Amino acid sequence: MIVEVKNLVKKFPIGDGFFTALKGVNLVFTEGEFTGLVGPSGSGKTTLLNIIGTLDVPSEGDVIVLSKSVGNLNPKEAAQLRKEELGFIFQNYNLLPVYTVFENVEFPLLLLKMSAGERKKRVLETLEWVGLTDKVKSRPSQLSGGECQRVAIARAMVKRPRLVLADEPTANLDAANSHHILQTMEKLNRELKTTFIFATHDEKVIGYLHRIIRLADGQVVADDSPLNPPKGDFKSEPSEGTFTNNTSLNSSPSGRLGGAL
Amino acid sequence: MIQFLFKGLMRDKSRSLIPIIVVALGVIITVFLQSLLSGVIGDSIESTANFTTGHVKVMTRPYSENSSQLPNDLALVGVDTLKESLQKQFPEMTWAERIQFGGLLDAPDSNGHTRSQGNVSGMGIRLLNSTEEITRMNLVPTLVSGKFPSKPGEMLMSDELCRKMKLKLGDKVTLISSGMYGDMAMYNFTVSGTLHFGIAMLDRGLMIADIEDVRSALNMENASGEILGFFTNARYDNKLAKEAAKSFNAQYVSSQDKFAPVMVPLSDMNDMGFLVAYSENVQGIIVSIFIIAMAIVLWNAGLLGGLRRYGEFGLRLAIGESKHEVYLTIVAESLLIGIIGSVIGVIVGLLISWPMQTVGWDISSMMKDSNFLMPSVMRAHISRTTYYIGFVPGILSTVIGAMLAGIGIYKRQTANLFKELEG
Repeated sequence: MIVEVKNLVKKFPIGDGFFTALKGVNLVFTEGEFTGLVGPSGSGKTTLLNIIGTLDVPSEGDVIVLSKSVGNLNPKEAAQLRKEELGFIFQNYNLLPVYTVFENVEFPLLLLKMSAGERKKRVLETLEWVGLTDKVKSRPSQLSGGECQRVAIARAMVKRPRLVLADEPTANLDAANSHHILQTMEKLNRELKTTFIFATHDEKVIGYLHRIIRLADGQVVADDSPLNPPKGDFKSEPSEGTFTNNTSLNSSPSGRLGGAL
Repeated sequence: MIQFLFKGLMRDKSRSLIPIIVVALGVIITVFLQSLLSGVIGDSIESTANFTTGHVKVMTRPYSENSSQLPNDLALVGVDTLKESLQKQFPEMTWAERIQFGGLLDAPDSNGHTRSQGNVSGMGIRLLNSTEEITRMNLVPTLVSGKFPSKPGEMLMSDELCRKMKLKLGDKVTLISSGMYGDMAMYNFTVSGTLHFGIAMLDRGLMIADIEDVRSALNMENASGEILGFFTNARYDNKLAKEAAKSFNAQYVSSQDKFAPVMVPLSDMNDMGFLVAYSENVQGIIVSIFIIAMAIVLWNAGLLGGLRRYGEFGLRLAIGESKHEVYLTIVAESLLIGIIGSVIGVIVGLLISWPMQTVGWDISSMMKDSNFLMPSVMRAHISRTTYYIGFVPGILSTVIGAMLAGIGIYKRQTANLFKELEG
């Protein structure tokens, strides 16, 4: 078990009262999952993702991330957990525009105080996974949207996190790039056993998910696997057949991710 | 990490160039104003010191109490011994006897009858066989005709008075004044040169003669109204002057001699205290003004920049930096900006101040009827302080501005900063 959500309630103050974004959510995520929190805007999926990512705290209940209670973490401990174990992927990529691709991916390793040699090795290896070794010195402004999101994935993965949280990662991408990105993430999940949790309402993403948790009005309304609903077995590679574009996953020559892993 | 952030800072011109320009401009103005005010005020103080007060002045007690009346009947006697003693006790100073006096200058015609008369404010200084006082009082550029006295009995007078009395070079004039013992004094001088200072107070009726001639004229053998002390570096230092006066006066504190000498520092004479205090505090005043003004500008720049960077901050928090670390990097970035801006500002400020020190700004045409004793050329004075004073507002203002702007990081919820990522 990598994340456990117990009776989670999250309230935000509005005027004299409160808006309840999450109403008693209970969930368990295990190591290696490729799971999506799916629901319309305002359903609470981003709020849940933020709390799992230790960027916010529960109002009631508890969230256990990698054996640590989010509600009991002080800011320094929460930052430490994010630094070492969590990766984030955002809708708008959020690359730092003044840095090169290499530097953007290198950034999380600087926080881990890794040596320059080790950083270089890790960054190049990770960029190879996402097929961007030829863009090492490019700035984000010189990349396409899909390439930017691949850099963002590399940045999230470079420190080998146990859990990656992706908030609408394909919202700004066209179909071809969305599939490419999703295939990359799925492959990383498969090869590295990294747990991915998405917040999304994009049907293209849903097609790749191994587990779908549907949220509405701050509550879990369904928790199932898309290809085996609701009683079916977990299918590990549901998305291969859904990719209709010619875009191929640009992985290492062997077709496997990073032989050094 | 810091190196990484600085790299980004230097590449992002909106975060580095504008603040560096703001800091550099503030520092340039600070450096220039400091050197200019220091020069102008310092030169005004020095002008007063060189002409009338010295950096310290030794007089008898009663002369000191009535010094505005130039009471030569209360003058110091035995000045040779006293001067020798002063030179031994204060080797860091040079000493000059002066006699200031008032009188009537009478110009006779060929029959010995009065042709013209004029009131004079006179000064006896060491003129013969020495150029020290000529240099100190910067008399060379003021000499408009004739030459400096080269033998006893010659005198300099203001060009304006000379023309009013219809005198010409080589004419004989008689000084009528009162002697040291209350007697009437009359003494003949020959006009050897005329002076123009551009200061009404001096040009109205100044005469300058060698001190030995004045002693003879006023019956003041081995006496003088005042002995002026000057620091050898020609810059007034109030602390040292006060210490010297205190040390000197301590020797005579219990003296029963009512004509015992007393030493007075420049700041205690001629209402110079305010100017000295202003001179001492002007740097602090300028620096404080610029720290406040620049901090407000940079605070606002920091706020605007910070708002624009909330996305970046959110990302950094998500990646694993704490708010404290983000805040510290903002301050560190501002420190770098402050240092770079200050270095540029100090260099440019010095480059602007340098010609102002060497060439200056001639304001003599504006001072035709001035009653102030101040130089007719405004000059900056680049001192050791000028080299570092710009760093104080330059660095403090950027750091204070960044610290104020960065408080927003703490006030904003982590999740809200994070949400900015999606903005």
